[in-house]
Amino acid sequence: MDKKSVSDKKTRQAKWDEPLLFERSIPGVMAHQVPIAEEKIRKEIGSLDSLIPEAMRRKGYPNLPEVSELQVVRHFTRLSQMNFSVSLGTYPLGSCTMKYNPIINEAVSSHPGFAWLHPNQDVRHAQGALELLWELEHWLAEITGMDAVTLQPAAGAQGEFTGVMVMREYHRCVTEECEQRNEMLIPDAAHGTNPASAAMAGYKVIVIPSSDEGLVDLEALKESAGPNTAGLMLTNPNTIGVFEKDIAEIAGIVHESGGLLYYDGANFNAIMGVVRPGDMGFDVVHLNLHKTMSTPHGGGGPGSGPVGVKKELAEFLPVPRIVKDEDGFFNLDYDFPRSIGKVKGFFGNFGMLVRAYSYIYSLGYQGLKRASEVAVLNANYIAYHVSRIRGFSLPYSQDAPRMHECVISAEKMKEDTGITAMDVAKRLLDFGIHSPTVYFPLIVPEALMIEPTETESRQDLDRLISAFQAISDEAYSNPEHVKGAPKSTALRQLDEYRAAHPKTLTLSWKMYQENKDE
Amino acid sequence: MEWKHPWLPITHETQTDMLKTISREKLEDLFCNIPDEFRLKRDLDLPPSHSEYEVAKRLQYLASINRSADDGRVFLGTGAYPHYIPKIVPALAGRSEFVTSYTSYQPEISQGMLQTLFEYQSMLAEVLQIEVVNSSMYDMATALGEAARMTVRVKKGRTRFLVPGTINTEYFQVLQTYTEPADIQIQKIDYDTKTGLMDLNDLNAQLGDDVAGVYVENPSYLGFIESQVDEINEIVHSAGSLLVAGVDILSLGILRPPGTYGADIVISEGQPLGSPISYGGPLLGIFGCRMDRKLVYQMPGRLVGLTRTEEEPHEQGYVLTLSPREQHIRREKATSNICSNQALAAVTAAVYLSTIGPKGLHELAQTIAYKSNYASRVINEIPGVSSPAIGNSIWREFVVRFSEGSTAYDIHEGLIKNNLHGGQILTGVYPELGESMLFCVTELHDLQTIDVLVETLTEITEGGA
Ligand SMILES: Cc1ncc(COP(=O)(O)O)c(C=O)c1O
Repeated sequence: MDKKSVSDKKTRQAKWDEPLLFERSIPGVMAHQVPIAEEKIRKEIGSLDSLIPEAMRRKGYPNLPEVSELQVVRHFTRLSQMNFSVSLGTYPLGSCTMKYNPIINEAVSSHPGFAWLHPNQDVRHAQGALELLWELEHWLAEITGMDAVTLQPAAGAQGEFTGVMVMREYHRCVTEECEQRNEMLIPDAAHGTNPASAAMAGYKVIVIPSSDEGLVDLEALKESAGPNTAGLMLTNPNTIGVFEKDIAEIAGIVHESGGLLYYDGANFNAIMGVVRPGDMGFDVVHLNLHKTMSTPHGGGGPGSGPVGVKKELAEFLPVPRIVKDEDGFFNLDYDFPRSIGKVKGFFGNFGMLVRAYSYIYSLGYQGLKRASEVAVLNANYIAYHVSRIRGFSLPYSQDAPRMHECVISAEKMKEDTGITAMDVAKRLLDFGIHSPTVYFPLIVPEALMIEPTETESRQDLDRLISAFQAISDEAYSNPEHVKGAPKSTALRQLDEYRAAHPKTLTLSWKMYQENKDE
Repeated sequence: MEWKHPWLPITHETQTDMLKTISREKLEDLFCNIPDEFRLKRDLDLPPSHSEYEVAKRLQYLASINRSADDGRVFLGTGAYPHYIPKIVPALAGRSEFVTSYTSYQPEISQGMLQTLFEYQSMLAEVLQIEVVNSSMYDMATALGEAARMTVRVKKGRTRFLVPGTINTEYFQVLQTYTEPADIQIQKIDYDTKTGLMDLNDLNAQLGDDVAGVYVENPSYLGFIESQVDEINEIVHSAGSLLVAGVDILSLGILRPPGTYGADIVISEGQPLGSPISYGGPLLGIFGCRMDRKLVYQMPGRLVGLTRTEEEPHEQGYVLTLSPREQHIRREKATSNICSNQALAAVTAAVYLSTIGPKGLHELAQTIAYKSNYASRVINEIPGVSSPAIGNSIWREFVVRFSEGSTAYDIHEGLIKNNLHGGQILTGVYPELGESMLFCVTELHDLQTIDVLVETLTEITEGGA
């Protein structure tokens, strides 16, 4: 590795003294002229009072800011500059796959033929959109090794809910053991949405402990799987970034018990074109297009969480399904009486689906596989070098290669110096690097989950490693310096306790003013 | 020759070098944990890679064979509403600092997004007249599902949820999917088939100590204004149930905000606030509630709160807060499984509301009231056609009924032939409304097009199709 010097003196985040727009308001100022109805219409209709019952009229205007167009532009431009993003720097947030979000995808999705298409327009008017969705479903089925796909779920968690509901319907209609099979098995290392989604679908969650290697504990799984098992929800590679090599046995245990196998695709970026959940024995899978397929994360969404299933489960997918007839005409089919119904309005986050289509079409089969290979290479490069830095280690399955991410523990550093994973995370910000995911998975003490992704260059990876090195050096020589971080960000550490305390809790300008008046 | 792509900066030479530094011989070694029996031993059956130009061309083609509704000749609403989007909205919300960031887990470096979401929460709170609005749900349909589940958590032991008989059909389906596994029974309340208004006798009859919540829609799915909100407020609360109001966000420029008629939980669709209809997604689920800790602690979704820096001099700042409600902390006991939401659509809404301001919102709601009422009135003058076929006062959407010969389907086909697209066909969904369609008229539908619509409808109905 090339030692690159990193310095917290060379970088600092933009900072503007930018109050709430409410505080800039001057009555009478405006930023936009809205269109008014034609004179003929206004004459014809006369006073609106006759149209709206007295009791239903709004008294006065809502208290929104009154500012000029330039003030709006400045306000949000300044705020955007106080927001770290993939466009600004390395964003190794584990489990989130913060890869480059290609500009071409943004451009194509805003074409009026997509952006101004109404979901209830006659299907003859939407053939291009339906073809895109139909093709994308088939591509995702091929990539995951599944037989049918729905694009309706809005995010990963909604994909989980959808998938689990499909499993439940299968047990209701096919095994006819829905009542009895009321338990969902979930590893302790799983993401929080897995148990939350299973519980939303009415399941009791049975936690499967991890083995000493950080993998699913087969003995524990055998003990838990049985006549009450609806299924197992698994992330593979798992959340420590290691491939569950015993997947054949895991699938065997679950299937023998009569349960189904669910694949959380948040970590799919490791395996495109390499191995497919459908071939490993999974029955249901969700993907996060806002991770693997490069659709932007938008500061927390919109995402997209398509679900793929094996053919025995296809009839339970949400409606409508997109179908193509012999003449190549695309249509919407609602006639699936055993469908779980709808999980979301219309056909899902269509704009995101256009971006994912564009991404796959650009990379092609060669590129998807290469993307996964490089993602894995980069994660191993980071794992190797960072785990050799004083204070850090790579817990569990040390000899097994990592897949697309690695989980580093700062436990030793904490013992030696008092510097925690959170302190490391905050200090990284001073170098213009986003922090890894911290304290997840729960099975790793002082966890720093690092996912570099394939779109980072070697220089960026080396810079990241150097930053870890610099922080370690500081931790062992001047821990107070690390503790005080971050210093180069728009704001220093924030008081989270105060934010949540009932006496100071302020969730809106309205509450702010009410609290002030008290 | 080495296969290359602009999004993959690691060349084979770099790869070889990197592998050397980590003591691995070949790339393949990194995949050794994957059992060979499962390895894909062929290429994925997908298209090959394409240059940016080819991608643009393919997507351009797919977009161009759709019929875009941007000419104001499509009269569809039902949950996705075409409205004018001021140019500064996508220019600002589309800044890549917003677009390419993750959820703001590191507040020090994410103040831009956090403050914008706090402003979103604040502006929506003002429009709705309710203290707390979360930083978004997937859409209004799922917001309704979550609201019903929330009422049952707040009113422990109660398991029924009542909805208006005229509820948005799509929302009703999603509501059923969300509530069925929680053993919540959904029941519809009768309505007056002439006025559309909720039948308060039936509401009273159905209420009981097992009803957790009652939902009202305003304006309703069928476009009419539910004017009995004060009575409903009274009845619902005296039965000890919660009132959930689903409102149209732009209508609140002129209509009474739900916070003033006792709504405990408020939901709305935020797509009209600056997002395109985009074939039905992304949408934006607006979700708010009164500032009552019993409610707020049961809320789904993320909340941004105001705070200050720990050290002096204290500077004002924003963080994600009350997260012990959420899945990453509470896991199976969380109030919801939602993680990623629709943050960028919320940013868009914040920019939109900042742009149109209080008077703009009021004027826009007026413009829509004028145009939709005008359209309804002139359509009603066509022989054999009545509009609004249900309700006395309408806003933006209205039911048109065809009673002399033409079916809604004939009308639909006739309009398409004339390069117009009629409203959503309701025939069969509301049998008492006969052959009918739900039309949507916004500021994008100009006088001329409305008149063309009326002429065309007249011709089609006269022709008896
Ligand atoms: C492993 C895992 N599963 C599920 C999810 C949930 O995905 P989403 O945020 O799209 O709902 C995440 C995202 O953070 C994840 O990392």
